[in-house]
Amino acid sequence: MIRQHDSIIVHTLGRFVIPVVQIFGLYVLFFGQYGPGGGFVGGVILGSSMILSVLIFGHDASRSQIVKKALHADGVGLLIFAGVGGLCMIGGGEFLNYANLEIPGLETASRRSLGIVLTQIGVAVDVAVTAISIVFSLSAEEIIEDSING
Amino acid sequence: MIFPFEIPLLLLLLVTAAGAILVKDLMSAVLLLGTYSFFLSLVWGWFGAVDVAFVEAVVGAGLGTVLFLLTLFGTAPKDTRLHRPPPSLLTLIVFPLLGFLLLYAASDLPEFRDPSSPASVHISPTYLEQSYQDTHTPNVVTAVLMDYRSLDTMVETVVIFAAGIACILLLRRQVK
Repeated sequence: MIRQHDSIIVHTLGRFVIPVVQIFGLYVLFFGQYGPGGGFVGGVILGSSMILSVLIFGHDASRSQIVKKALHADGVGLLIFAGVGGLCMIGGGEFLNYANLEIPGLETASRRSLGIVLTQIGVAVDVAVTAISIVFSLSAEEIIEDSING
Repeated sequence: MIFPFEIPLLLLLLVTAAGAILVKDLMSAVLLLGTYSFFLSLVWGWFGAVDVAFVEAVVGAGLGTVLFLLTLFGTAPKDTRLHRPPPSLLTLIVFPLLGFLLLYAASDLPEFRDPSSPASVHISPTYLEQSYQDTHTPNVVTAVLMDYRSLDTMVETVVIFAAGIACILLLRRQVK
């Protein structure tokens, strides 16, 4: 059980830093096609920002509720990734061959680019939720059962 | 004359690695390990592997340190000093021998940035030449990971998912 940190410096800095880290995580996630970065690093940065908010404001703070809700998304990232592969099969091609994504008005290379973005989002969600859930199971006694049972 | 910054970097790497092993306190060892990861990410960046450097900095120096510290606070809140027995004679013989063997094998590796090394002539030129036309993705690493090798990446994601589930199941506390 992590309680709220009692230093006002940590609170003020946390309020300033956490949104910046989240924006940077999204930037890394979506800029991974043009520079260094990608789904894995973006997901870890997004997860770290949520872990930071739990470490600073405690488990019971109102802004930690959304982090607890994020625990329910375990497996959603994998579902997105495999779902993109399934859509490719519905489009009439091989599993994860993004050229078969059925989107009108896009040429083959743009379809593959879009497929890369979607699967990177899947990886990012999976990694972020895994990082949060490991931290929660390391730090909390009954928080996981609470958030799952009601 | 350009100052060779690689030598202090590798020296710092060695010092932090040795410090993380030799230090007497678990907390200091964890923090030194984070510092080691940070210097290692600088080394990856120096080699030109920016994506790997990014992951090393975020996971090794950031998330790994947090996980280690949380484990430390959850297990031994008071006494984190290490009681380390002196190494046995076998360790003192085997590990220098292993290190010598690895260095001996490393001398046979191809030259760094060698365009005719086996790794650079097999399939890398195809990726470098065609990945932009194929996928409209300027970052070749992302194109290879997410498009040409997407099934591998998906199984990697499965591994991460399984690791998270295993952590939840193993670390779950019983509720009364």
